[in-house]
Amino acid sequence: MTEFVQHIVNGISLGSIYALIALGYTLVFGILQLINFAHGDVFMLGAFIGLYSSKFFGFDQNPSLGALVLIMGISMIGCAAIGYCIERLAYRPLRRAPRINVLITAVGVSLFLEFAGQLFLGADPKFFPQIYQPAGGDMGAGALKVNPLQVMVLVISLALMTALQYVVFKTRLGRAMRAVSFNHEYASLMGIPTDRVISYTFMLGSALAGAAGVLVGLIYPKIEPLMGVLPGLKAFVAAVLGGIGNVTGAVVGAITLGLAESLVVGYWAPTYRDALAFAVLIVILLIKPAGLFGTGRTEKV
Amino acid sequence: MKKRSVVRVFVGIALISVAFTGCTKTKSKVCDLSAGSDTNVIRVGEVGSMTGSEATFGVSTHEGIQLALCQANAAGGVKGKKFVLYSLDDQSKQDEAAAAMTKLITQSKVDAILGEVASGISKVMAPIAQANKVPMITPSSTNPDVTKIGDYIFRVCFIDPFQGYVMAKFAKENLKAKKVAILQDHGSDYSVGLAKFFIETFTKDGGEIVLNQSYNKNDVDFKSQLTAIRAKAPDAIYIPGYYTHVGLIARQARELGVTIPLMGGDGWDSPELKSIGGAALNNSYFSNHYSAEDKSPAVQTFLKEYKETFGKTPDGLAAMGYDAARVLADAMNRAKSLSNTDVRDAIAATVKFEGVTGKITIDKERNAVKPAVVLRVDNGEFKYQSTIHP
Repeated sequence: MTEFVQHIVNGISLGSIYALIALGYTLVFGILQLINFAHGDVFMLGAFIGLYSSKFFGFDQNPSLGALVLIMGISMIGCAAIGYCIERLAYRPLRRAPRINVLITAVGVSLFLEFAGQLFLGADPKFFPQIYQPAGGDMGAGALKVNPLQVMVLVISLALMTALQYVVFKTRLGRAMRAVSFNHEYASLMGIPTDRVISYTFMLGSALAGAAGVLVGLIYPKIEPLMGVLPGLKAFVAAVLGGIGNVTGAVVGAITLGLAESLVVGYWAPTYRDALAFAVLIVILLIKPAGLFGTGRTEKV
Repeated sequence: MKKRSVVRVFVGIALISVAFTGCTKTKSKVCDLSAGSDTNVIRVGEVGSMTGSEATFGVSTHEGIQLALCQANAAGGVKGKKFVLYSLDDQSKQDEAAAAMTKLITQSKVDAILGEVASGISKVMAPIAQANKVPMITPSSTNPDVTKIGDYIFRVCFIDPFQGYVMAKFAKENLKAKKVAILQDHGSDYSVGLAKFFIETFTKDGGEIVLNQSYNKNDVDFKSQLTAIRAKAPDAIYIPGYYTHVGLIARQARELGVTIPLMGGDGWDSPELKSIGGAALNNSYFSNHYSAEDKSPAVQTFLKEYKETFGKTPDGLAAMGYDAARVLADAMNRAKSLSNTDVRDAIAATVKFEGVTGKITIDKERNAVKPAVVLRVDNGEFKYQSTIHP
């Protein structure tokens, strides 16, 4: 019984990591209908910004909660800037091009970041410093163990999800985003600066990836330029599972995927871990193409 | 037009990146081993993981090789010729290693090849060396299949059946373990082989394998596997993987309250092990080629020279690289001529060569027969525990 509960706990904590990455995916898709394949790589850059800024400030020597907040802030700002540049340089010039062009460009940007990362950051794994060590050590009862950092990641994912819901549905920017999402040209006729709104969306999504990069670095302290590939794909699956474009769906989808992976590895064959993630994607697309929470868009002909 | 210019910038950057990665040349810190105008030289090719997931393996081996070849050159070289080293990085990838081999043999026209550490990569390199009849010595690939590829392929380290035997024996006799769980990297020839040989010895002696779990190379989360292992309550866990994974596994095991000893093989031997695993690796043991705590004069001289040159304590892989290059130099000295066949025969005839990692005798299968040491990880230091003979 303890074993089963532990698998559930492991699954939720793994899922909350996917959730953090999936939020950025789903946000950009929701507004632009663009699958930003470079998202996982922005997440990787977030981890590296976290690594180098904590070394710069010397936080690897004296960990504290303040250090974590500051490093996360720096990483989020850095990633927002990178997100802006990617959008400005790679996607905006293609605004009027067919969607497939943008999609291929996204794959290109992703590969560019991965391999430029190998060139400039080095291909060997780096150790992410322990900038924050929660007081009190392990949580949990008896044999059941919970890493306090992972509880924190779950709380942060849920908080960010709520914050995103608020931004998208309750603010002026959010209304503009939804308008752009609904119809890009009409929105601009109504006086909405569409290019700026799209830039903001990218910056917001990339900032989320930056936060995820630092938190993942803290929990799995081995970071490398290709670390974003697989989590990026899994987060994409999670976003599709929940209904891509839907913020709550992304979190629920991610946690479902985390649980499924944890149980498959624990009770069946670890070999099938990645196969399962993509099998889930195929099954969902067959049965419910819009995802668990997705609403099919009705298009007027 | 604007679109095009953006694309051009990207293509430009990509091309520059390719150009840069294509010609990474390692500069020797020890002495000049690069090819000058002198053509009367012995060309040694090296393929190693200088970057990538097993980067410290390649770097350490490379340093060991440089030290040995520089010493040989300082002593006058072999048959009046100096050694020249052509060193290529394979980024810890098999396809890169194959390309590097072809380049070394066809373009640089090397007389012998040294490398790789990872068995999976050596297995890709060996057929190319064999087909071109260029003698190849792998310093530390322990998978038995590597030297079975052909009569030009040698190694100066022990093989996995022995390494698996060493840890199985150690688990049983020193740790008094009766039940052991396995956690292996199922995509790595090294890890799968080592796990197999460990299981063979351990179960033959009446031990029980309670669970045989595996992971993928790209995994960073091992908690599900460790939770399943925890439920079986073993006395120890055998993790025959490479250091980047082992550090994370150890950390997550301790987070789950698993405090039993962890055991592994020479893939653990890296200074990076402690930076990732930290205190979680206390109470862990692994088999290795040599111990820096060995008081024998051969080891102490090597330690001193290596420290003077590189400013750090050599790990096992540096010692293996050093020995591989010295075995090659010794064989070339003894060989009738420097033709590939004569060098091959001379390497095969190596008997009781006094290496840093023990006396090296090449057997009929072109493997080295020698003892292994077991090291204990203690706050990032590798402490000598025991020596186990074949």
